[in-house]
Amino acid sequence: MAPRIGVYICHCGVNIAATVDVEAVTQFAQGLPSVAIARDYTYMCSDPGQALMKEDIKKLSLTKVVVAACSPRMHEPTFRATIQEAGLNPYCLEMANIREQCSWVHEEKEEATRKAMQLVAAAVDKASLLEPLTERRVAVTSAALVIGGGIAGMQAALDIANAGFQVYLVEKEARLGGHLTQLDKTFPTLEPVAPLLAEEIREVERHPNIDLLTSTEVTGVEGYIGNFKVKVAQRTTDLIREIEVGTIVVATGYDLFDARLKPEYGYGMYKNVITGLEFERLASSSDSKEGKIWGKELQDVVFIQCVGSRDKSVGQEYCSRICCMYTAKQALLVKEMLPQARVTVLYMDVRAYGKGFEEFYDLVRGEGVIYRRGNPSEIYKRGERLVIRAEDTLLGEPIQLEADLVVLATGITPRHDSLKIANLLKLPRSPDGFFMEAHPKLRPVDAVTEGIYLAGCCQGPKDIPDTLAQAKAAAASAMIPLCQGQVKVEAITSIIDEELCSGCGICAEICVYDALSLHERKEVMSINEVLCKGCGACAVACPSKAIKLSHFTPAQTLAQVYALV
Amino acid sequence: MEGRDLIQAYRLFDCIQCGRCTGGCPLSLKSRFNIRRLIYEALIDQDIDLQSKEVLWDCTTCATCTLRCPKGLDPTDIVIGMRSILVDRGRIPPTIRDALKSLAIRGNPLTMSREERADWAEGLGVKEISEGAEVLYFVCCSASYDPRAQKVAKALVQAFKKANVDFGILGNEEVCCGSEARRVGESGLFEMLQEMTLETLKQYPVEVMVTTSPHCYNAFKNEYQGLAIKVQHYTQFVAGLIEEGKLPLSKEVKRIVTYQDPCFLGKQNKIFEEPRKILRSIPGLEVRELDRSRERSLCCEGGGGRMWAEGTNPEERLAHTRVQEAIDLGAEILATACPFCLLTLEDAAKTVAGEGGLQVMDIMELVVEAL
Repeated sequence: MAPRIGVYICHCGVNIAATVDVEAVTQFAQGLPSVAIARDYTYMCSDPGQALMKEDIKKLSLTKVVVAACSPRMHEPTFRATIQEAGLNPYCLEMANIREQCSWVHEEKEEATRKAMQLVAAAVDKASLLEPLTERRVAVTSAALVIGGGIAGMQAALDIANAGFQVYLVEKEARLGGHLTQLDKTFPTLEPVAPLLAEEIREVERHPNIDLLTSTEVTGVEGYIGNFKVKVAQRTTDLIREIEVGTIVVATGYDLFDARLKPEYGYGMYKNVITGLEFERLASSSDSKEGKIWGKELQDVVFIQCVGSRDKSVGQEYCSRICCMYTAKQALLVKEMLPQARVTVLYMDVRAYGKGFEEFYDLVRGEGVIYRRGNPSEIYKRGERLVIRAEDTLLGEPIQLEADLVVLATGITPRHDSLKIANLLKLPRSPDGFFMEAHPKLRPVDAVTEGIYLAGCCQGPKDIPDTLAQAKAAAASAMIPLCQGQVKVEAITSIIDEELCSGCGICAEICVYDALSLHERKEVMSINEVLCKGCGACAVACPSKAIKLSHFTPAQTLAQVYALV
Repeated sequence: MEGRDLIQAYRLFDCIQCGRCTGGCPLSLKSRFNIRRLIYEALIDQDIDLQSKEVLWDCTTCATCTLRCPKGLDPTDIVIGMRSILVDRGRIPPTIRDALKSLAIRGNPLTMSREERADWAEGLGVKEISEGAEVLYFVCCSASYDPRAQKVAKALVQAFKKANVDFGILGNEEVCCGSEARRVGESGLFEMLQEMTLETLKQYPVEVMVTTSPHCYNAFKNEYQGLAIKVQHYTQFVAGLIEEGKLPLSKEVKRIVTYQDPCFLGKQNKIFEEPRKILRSIPGLEVRELDRSRERSLCCEGGGGRMWAEGTNPEERLAHTRVQEAIDLGAEILATACPFCLLTLEDAAKTVAGEGGLQVMDIMELVVEAL
């Protein structure tokens, strides 16, 4: 049966219509082979625009549709749904991008119009060769894996478990809690951490739906969204276990910046130069009591901000987000412990962006903590005391501050083993080394790999509430496939011609999704259509031309090319 | 270059005014020189008047600021750029002008004659490189002409001979590396000297060039364009000889020594270990570390044209502080590995400790005592 194609040219307001003569393009399209109808409209994606299309499909018995509008990244899903509602297979749609690739990048109307016509002609020729494709669905294993037993992982595990799903919570260390176990009090409310954490841990340990695997590491991950097979190894028993889950939440946390990488501060050399985390321990230990630290009434305590944050010289370009506030909190704690002491914070910017943060910063200054603007350059010794060299940039004067104790606000860095985890789960990392989210604005919780979700500082520096917010979001996202019970898989996949395939395996080597393998009996390659993402790399690599990519077959693509050249 | 060109040329907009440059600047405690503020002024005022900024001559180009900058800026280079604007307009301290003139005419900043450059080596049996050798020893203007620094060159020759190193010098063909010319803002002169040296070196295919001075080393290693020869500072080369067993140090030197990291060796080229390795190889020598060492070492104030800049920044040099720190440490000898450090520290030692007090020596002089 000869195809009957409907062509729809969008004005996109003035976005396209100002540069492209859409009426001329419509008239041109009307004369193309197999085109039953060509129309233009202000906004094709609007309800009336879509209604127009649906009506034509039914009335004119269209078999294929071409929409000449914006990038398919923008509205291909919209129009696929539109034609599906009118009874067509959603893959019988072809888009011509006459906005990003035409009207937005050209100025000369006549030329732009001619280019739009060519793009439409190419789309029409491809559309006439399009074939319906079927979107398959696979069943989902009704369980989730959470990697990391810090506050993010515990919260994600609890939420999923409370919703009634089985959760495997894997923690590398012998006990739960992560970095929180090392903290004394939270900012800005000065709540002691220990009771909060104990409650959370108790809940996790008692939960009937949570299978808690401590001293355990993930050693292998296979499969895809809905059906992951995960190998875990228990360190203490050498026991290896394989678990099956539908989704995975990664909550592997962070490392603290190693202050030794900034030798100018003398950390590791002077015992009274300590990190913020060491201060937490000091504050809650017997080393600080009765108005004394280490049995001494310290006169001067200096806090230094941005140690290993916003610092290209040590490869840490980003702001660690938590240090300004934990420093404010610690400065206040010192002021409370040692009311007579001079407490100074040396900073370059104070970032008090969170709820209650600015108010807390005000409170801390009100209690007598001195903030001086200027990030120190070096520390050395004068007798038993430390000398901090800096410039008070507001005075424009170099200063030498003496101190009995210096606390370095060390920043957050990606875990030393984050590359290992990234490789296991095929997670891309951002330039800063943290795991990359699928979209910085719209999908901040999803990993790039489907079925995997990110929570907490493994994705970037965060404080406790933000970590919990992301953990709960990751848990909710991870539950969607579990609730649905099945997931859609990509309809556009590679297809192997078994007559032509020699089983050489080149395709399997280049496939990043592990979708190709040698068929044991037939000795030709076979494709796992669930794993295949339709990238087409194998089709290009195949020396026998035995692989083609559906929806982008050589015939379809060449038809498009011939129309253009 | 004009003041307004500084912003793009040095990416001044990347500066976040954190103050680490000026905070760590060894000069900022004794001079009004404030590089953080200068960067800010150049950024907000395109018509910045640098003519009045005579403090620019106080910078020793030790590069502590560059090492500390969290945004990857090079404040040292910004100072050099600002100086070049002054130089272009003839705003230049007379003594520096004289040194530059001498460099242009005589190939050395010390107003010495070209023909006397290799006089120090007379009677030592040192080959000229034109006779062919594996190693080229690049002596440096200070070690060629300054009587005190000459002793370092002579010590190095003695050690080379002991270790049977096949080496030669450029003799009167050697001219200044140009490092200091570049640092006072005379990039044209630097380029001229660079070209002269590259032309000379082309004639002599050697495996490695060894320098006395960290300043020459830095220029060859990091600033020369198109130099094909491997360059080493002598501390690297000599540490290698000792490690390979070619330079046995057998005599005990029963003294207490501490070491001054030259900025151009340590902070700028991260050569911290080799000098210490050499000192530790000397039998009987007790090596003590100054509190401020390695990345936190204190500049002696000899670099960046400061050796020539009389009249500006007249207070006593930081070398005085350094000498005092060495004395407080209980050191008998303050060792270093740079002709500029040697000269400034020895000057300071004479004032602070008097004759017979703290002794300032080059590492090579200690090495030959142990031969």
